[in-house]
Amino acid sequence: MAIDVYAGTFGSKEITHLLKRCLFGVKRAEINSFLGQSVSIVVDTLLQDTSLPNPPVNNYNDTSYTDPGILRGQTWVTAPFGDGTANSRRITSLKSWWILQMLNQSTSLREKMVLFWHNHFATEADVIGDARYLYKHNNLLRTSAFGNFKTLIKQITLDPAMLRYLNGYLNTKTAPDENYGRELQELFTLGKGPNSNYTENDVKAAAKLLTGYRLDATAINSFFDSTKHDTTDKQFSSFYGNKIIKGRTGVDGAKELDDLIDMIFAQQEVSLHLCRNLYRFFVYYEIDATVELQVIVPLAEILRNNNYEIKPVLKALFTSNHFFLPQTRSCHIKAPIDFMVGLCREYELVFPPETDIENYYFMGDYLRSTAATIQQNLADPPNVSGWEAYYQAPQFYEIWINSDTLPKRNAFTDRMINTGYTRNGKKLMIDAVAYTNQFTKPEDPNLLINDALAHLYTIDVSTETKNFLKSILLSNQTQDYYWTDAWNSYKMDPGNTGRLTIVSTRLKQFYKYIMNLEEYQLS
Amino acid sequence: MKRREFISKALPAGVVLPSLINGFSVKAFGASSLLSAITSANNETDHVLVIIQLNGGNDGLNMVIPLDQYDNLNIVRPNIILPKNKILKLGDYNTGIHPAMTGLDRLYKEGKMQVVQSVGYPQPNFSHFRATDIWHSASDSNQVLTSGWVGRYLADEYANYPVGYPNTVMPDPLAIQIGSFLSPAFQGPAVNMGMAISDPVNFYNLLNGIQSPAPNNNAGKELTYIRQVSQQTQQYANVIKTAAAKVKSQVTYPSGNSLADQLKIVARLIGGGLKTRIYTVNIGSFDTHASQVNTGATETGTHATLLQKLSDAIKAFMDDLTVMGASKRVVGMTFSEFGRRIKSNAGNGTDHGAAAPLILFGDAIQNGVLGSNPIISATASVNDNLPMQYDFRSVYASLLSQWFCVSATVLQSVMLKDFQSLPLIKAGTNCLSTDLSIANQQSGQTLISNYPNPFTTLTTIKYTSKGGHVLIQIFNTMGKLITTLVDGIKEKGVHTILFENQFYPPGVYYARLQNQELQQVRNMLIVR
Repeated sequence: MAIDVYAGTFGSKEITHLLKRCLFGVKRAEINSFLGQSVSIVVDTLLQDTSLPNPPVNNYNDTSYTDPGILRGQTWVTAPFGDGTANSRRITSLKSWWILQMLNQSTSLREKMVLFWHNHFATEADVIGDARYLYKHNNLLRTSAFGNFKTLIKQITLDPAMLRYLNGYLNTKTAPDENYGRELQELFTLGKGPNSNYTENDVKAAAKLLTGYRLDATAINSFFDSTKHDTTDKQFSSFYGNKIIKGRTGVDGAKELDDLIDMIFAQQEVSLHLCRNLYRFFVYYEIDATVELQVIVPLAEILRNNNYEIKPVLKALFTSNHFFLPQTRSCHIKAPIDFMVGLCREYELVFPPETDIENYYFMGDYLRSTAATIQQNLADPPNVSGWEAYYQAPQFYEIWINSDTLPKRNAFTDRMINTGYTRNGKKLMIDAVAYTNQFTKPEDPNLLINDALAHLYTIDVSTETKNFLKSILLSNQTQDYYWTDAWNSYKMDPGNTGRLTIVSTRLKQFYKYIMNLEEYQLS
Repeated sequence: MKRREFISKALPAGVVLPSLINGFSVKAFGASSLLSAITSANNETDHVLVIIQLNGGNDGLNMVIPLDQYDNLNIVRPNIILPKNKILKLGDYNTGIHPAMTGLDRLYKEGKMQVVQSVGYPQPNFSHFRATDIWHSASDSNQVLTSGWVGRYLADEYANYPVGYPNTVMPDPLAIQIGSFLSPAFQGPAVNMGMAISDPVNFYNLLNGIQSPAPNNNAGKELTYIRQVSQQTQQYANVIKTAAAKVKSQVTYPSGNSLADQLKIVARLIGGGLKTRIYTVNIGSFDTHASQVNTGATETGTHATLLQKLSDAIKAFMDDLTVMGASKRVVGMTFSEFGRRIKSNAGNGTDHGAAAPLILFGDAIQNGVLGSNPIISATASVNDNLPMQYDFRSVYASLLSQWFCVSATVLQSVMLKDFQSLPLIKAGTNCLSTDLSIANQQSGQTLISNYPNPFTTLTTIKYTSKGGHVLIQIFNTMGKLITTLVDGIKEKGVHTILFENQFYPPGVYYARLQNQELQQVRNMLIVR
């Protein structure tokens, strides 16, 4: 069966496939550490709970601005709002901090799940406008990354950032606002599948039920104000079995939310929708009738049987036969953030230490802003539906790549291998020689090519491509020993600049070419 | 004969056309008759259409104001309504535009602007997600299409694209999106027909490397796609750079206005001589659930800023095209995935709605207001929406036929059914023409009425046909199509038809008459 545990070869190729989907790029040490282990054990490791990171700090005091409320190096997440400048600097601080969490991830699925949930419960920093709300929201996604979906839905409903983003805090009995009541059903739980037949009246009834939630902008909390709550009964459509949720008065009004969530979660569509979204995010975008029947339906059943706990579903998906089929490998077009953070991790770029607050955040900011120019602005997706690559038929992932973004992706990899990015005297750059040094026999050009491609690509290339790559290492000579001699002579005297330059110029061209070929866009 | 058929019939089996399959060497054919027969467009034209998407759902009632409904508007949206004396009235029409739109007001006075009232479609969808797809794909509300309307049009005009393109006949991109994200409207039946550009001057030279065979699976599919983008980008980079370089100066565009920045690039490419027919640009943040106006100064605030940006950008764009001598061959249209609710909410904002006006501009556009002011009820409830007067696909179809001279048969295959032809393009510049003044029934001539009204069980609808096809649809205030009473040829004269209340809930219903380019909406009231 498609979701039975994969029993085929589980070598470095399969481990690389699994880790590239579950992490942002993969370091060679991570692959090596799993060699010889079973798929089940590897996935268990990826699903282990890990400790929460320290919150973002004031990295932004400079000669032109000092945050009046918070000292440099201290976290701003509980500080008073301050002023507009503080807030906009904090938003940038948060985004940089977030991308640095991905960069510094342990061998855990958690950070990729945070991005999955961010896309699922898409909110925009631009609209929410207060960095403290954003942090709280982000922390919720991280804390609940592997938690319980039903619980998470309730938490999200009451989350201050979401209440602000979809106007839930303005939703009152005299002026109902349908925004959240709609997206709760359309995007967050039921989706728009063929059997998701809730009606416009269900949107209105849910909006009525959700009246009365307000925000405490000082404590960054939500609370229930029964005087703003619509206490009438809420009538739902035949899709929900014509259910009537009894209106409640006083503080009990808040209990209607549990009734609503129970009613929605009684629909199988909820589990199917979440599993389709997981599949689109982690496996492939096309869900044909076979995949629906053999993968989505059984995964949804696991989700329901486990009372909406997420871990059992992830375990089943990532250990499944289906996940390791040829048809599901290398068919991901890397999302911009995966592409950029992945590059940093796989080449093990050296970042300033976390203690060097200023430069550490600067580098995070560089990754964040570059990802935004290639269409993935972290914490600011295009709208509440998330990024088009995960829902817009027929192109889906292909939307990431067009005549504007493909050249920009190439310009980024060129920069990382050629000149690097320099800010404030610190440089972010691939060390091609150090990276090469870690391979088993870098002096053998054939092995080097195979090892590098096995790490940087997940797809095979032709002999012609390999021959061309070798011609770069050999500077168009025909004998392998030209490269072997050059490498060995560098190794004998690593401090010799002349010898170092001979190998590093060739290696830079070599890796540049590998990253310029279209194969590098896939994982 | 279709060009696709021509290829299969004119060539003996087994003959390969490497020069056509590999786009690089196609110039070897020069402008031979074989090549132009295969790759030229159906209709030679230098016309250009610029589509401005207003993302988020634009509040049409705060952009185009029905002045004769002002008092009722004041009742249903007291916290956001514009001061009446600041609204810019359009000529003799009892219709005005937002005070921030001085640029468009100027274009109107120059005779280059048309407002089409209450554009929508039956059974409006209130999800951004789905409604945007509907506008891009030009589908019915309950129909899912994966191709876009522009993509289908271009796929018909330029058969076999991208195989054989660029070529001497069509050396330029077929459609251009300014920005980094390609419009789904450009999606053709097989491939996306457009190209995304954010900077026409600086192009990165992509690698023309050795291609390993793509495997026959999903990975191969994606690899082939990326290679295709790479190849097209290289092929078109030079023509775009060359076109951009030809334009040495442009008028001053407003600063801090991303739409103006985008339209400036469009003007530059048009002025530089690209044969590209369709451009799309975007401006976001129209989803004004809250704070769309400033309290106490409703002519300012988020929505005012957006409309000013829109208006200023269009004005600068038209001025620029005029200086370049290109304004006669460019028309533009705005659209948003939906309008907003009639009644405002407590947060100085408006929720997702249905029909809304759209704006057309250009030297060739018939100046004026098409359609009547929507009727605003003082008792409009929070759920009520404006009924549509015009189907958005009628706007598309009319532009395709009147501006790009698309034939009726092709139009049918692009738009998937027949749509009403609207008087958009001035006579003389176009392919087909009707006159706006004929289409408009502003003067109060009643084409459709009912009696009794209000009614409980049965009413008689009386309507006038000028001959030809007549459609009578009944909508509820949510825009849901309740029933279609007439859909066929009706001879010139007055006709009647019965409308029976089949357990419909009491309330307001709209009877919409469409008779060729004419249309009118009648309000009916069902009571217990």
